[in-house]
Amino acid sequence: MMTTDASARALQLNAEGQLRHFLTIDGLDRPLLTQILDTADSFIEVGERRIKKVPLLRGRTVVNLFFESSTRTRSTFELAAKRLSADVLNLDISTSATSKGESLSDTLLNLEAMASDMFVVRHSRSGAPHFIAQSVTPGVAIINAGDGRHAHPTQAMLDMLTIRQKKQRFEGLKVAIVGDVLHSRVARSQIRALNTLGADEVRVVGPSTLLPREVESLGCKVCYDMRSGLKDIDVIIMLRLQRERMEGALLPSEREFYKVYGLNTDKLAYAKPEAIVMHPGPINRGVEIESAVADGPQSVILNQVTNGIAIRMAVMSMAMSGQRAQQGLETGVNA
Amino acid sequence: MTALLKVDALLDDLEQGLRDVLQARGIERPVLIGIRTGGVWLADILHKRLGLDEPFGELDISFYRDDFSRIGLNPKVRPSHLPFETEDRHIVLVDDVVMSGRTIRAAMNEIFDYGRPAGIVLAALIDLGARELPIQPDVVGQRLSLKANERVKLKGPDPLSVELRQADARPEGA
Repeated sequence: MMTTDASARALQLNAEGQLRHFLTIDGLDRPLLTQILDTADSFIEVGERRIKKVPLLRGRTVVNLFFESSTRTRSTFELAAKRLSADVLNLDISTSATSKGESLSDTLLNLEAMASDMFVVRHSRSGAPHFIAQSVTPGVAIINAGDGRHAHPTQAMLDMLTIRQKKQRFEGLKVAIVGDVLHSRVARSQIRALNTLGADEVRVVGPSTLLPREVESLGCKVCYDMRSGLKDIDVIIMLRLQRERMEGALLPSEREFYKVYGLNTDKLAYAKPEAIVMHPGPINRGVEIESAVADGPQSVILNQVTNGIAIRMAVMSMAMSGQRAQQGLETGVNA
Repeated sequence: MTALLKVDALLDDLEQGLRDVLQARGIERPVLIGIRTGGVWLADILHKRLGLDEPFGELDISFYRDDFSRIGLNPKVRPSHLPFETEDRHIVLVDDVVMSGRTIRAAMNEIFDYGRPAGIVLAALIDLGARELPIQPDVVGQRLSLKANERVKLKGPDPLSVELRQADARPEGA
C-alpha cells in the first residue's frame, strides 16, 4: 500500500499530534521520534528492577496478531506488553481462523468483541496494518510488527535507540546498511528514521540484485563494494539475508555473498576504529557476518535485543495514551 | 503570582521535624528519595543538611499515575534513579506539595517494585490537606488551606520559592 507522508501522519496521530497507531516512520517528525527514544530510555531502567513491571496498561488487552510467524519479535512484544501489566493474547493466524475461511474483517470484529485495546500486527502483505488501522473501532491502537517489504518501525526505532546510546547523537554520523535491502522492511524504516533524526549520511551497500531500484529516492547513497561502502563509517547495520523471501536467482551462492559482502574482521577495518556493528537478528553466521565480529567488542547486537523491549513498551504506552486523549477530545471530556 | 512563604524558614522546620521523627523512631541510616521535580530539589537540600553519606534517589512516578487512562503518559518522563538497595532500608520520601495523597500512593507503589523497605517516612514542604486517600505526611514545613481557585507551586531549584497563583485548576502534582 502506497502512502504519502501526510496520509501516514494523519492516520497515526491524533488531533493533538500524539501517537495513536504506530505503522510506519513515514510522516513522523523528529520531535516525536525523539520522544519515543526518550520514553524508551525511561523504560530501560524498569527492566533493571527487581520487579520489572509498571501498571500503565493494567486492565488493557493486547492481541499479538501474527499472520506471519516470528518468535523473536512476538516474544519481545509479549514481554513489553506484560511489563506494562497488560493482558496478552497471542494469535498465530496462519494456523487459526483465517485458514478456516474467515475473512480478516470478521477475525477483527471477533477480537474487538472481546474488548481488545491494541493489536500488534505482523503480516506478509505490505499495508495490512494500515488497512486494519483504517477499519478498526475507534480507541483501538494498531502497532505494526512488520508488513511485507514495507515497514518494521519498532525494529528501526530500537536500532536508533542503540545508536543514540553508543554515539550520543545522530548529527555527523555516517551509517552503512549492508546486504539484502531489497527484501528488507527494516532497511526502509531505518533510512527514514536516520534521515529524520539528522544522520549525516546513509549508505546502502550490496549487490545490485539485492538493492531496490528506487533506493536512492529514499535518501541514501548506493555502494556496490564494501571498501567504499564502509569507508569512514560510524555505524554498520548488517541485514539478514532473507532466503525465505527470495524468488529467482538473486545470488550466485551464500558463500559468494559472504566472500564479497559478509562482514569479517578485515572488512570491518575499512570503517572508523570506533564503529559499532548491528544486526536485527537472527544472525546467519558465516553468511552475513563472521562470528568474531558478531561476538566482538564492536558488536552491539545484544544491546539491540534489550532495547527492543523498551522501545515496544514506549510505543505501546504512547499509542494507548494517544487513543485515550483522542477519545477525550471526541467526547468533550477533559483528557 | 505572589511570593507566599519564606522557604528558608520552612526548610528549617522541615529539617528539625525530620530529625525529631528519625530520632523518635530510632532510625540512624535513612536514605532519601525525592519525587520529581520539587521533591528532588528538597531531597538535595535535606541530604546536605542531614549530612548523609549515601546519595539520594530520584523518583519519576509517571508510569504509576492512577489517571493514565484519563490524561495519558507524561511526555517528559525520565527514568527513576535509586542508587541504593531499598530492601529493609528506612526511606525518607520527600515531596514539595501534598494534597490528595495520590502522588504519594504512586510513589510508594513504585518504591515497592524495587524491594520491600523497612519503613517509609513522608516529608513534605507544604501540606494542603484535601485528602482523597488515607495518606498523611509525617513531617511538614507548613500546612496551608487554599481557596478553590488558588494553587501553590514550588519554583526552583536555585533559589527556591513558593508561589501562590489564582487559577481554576487544582494544584499540580497533588
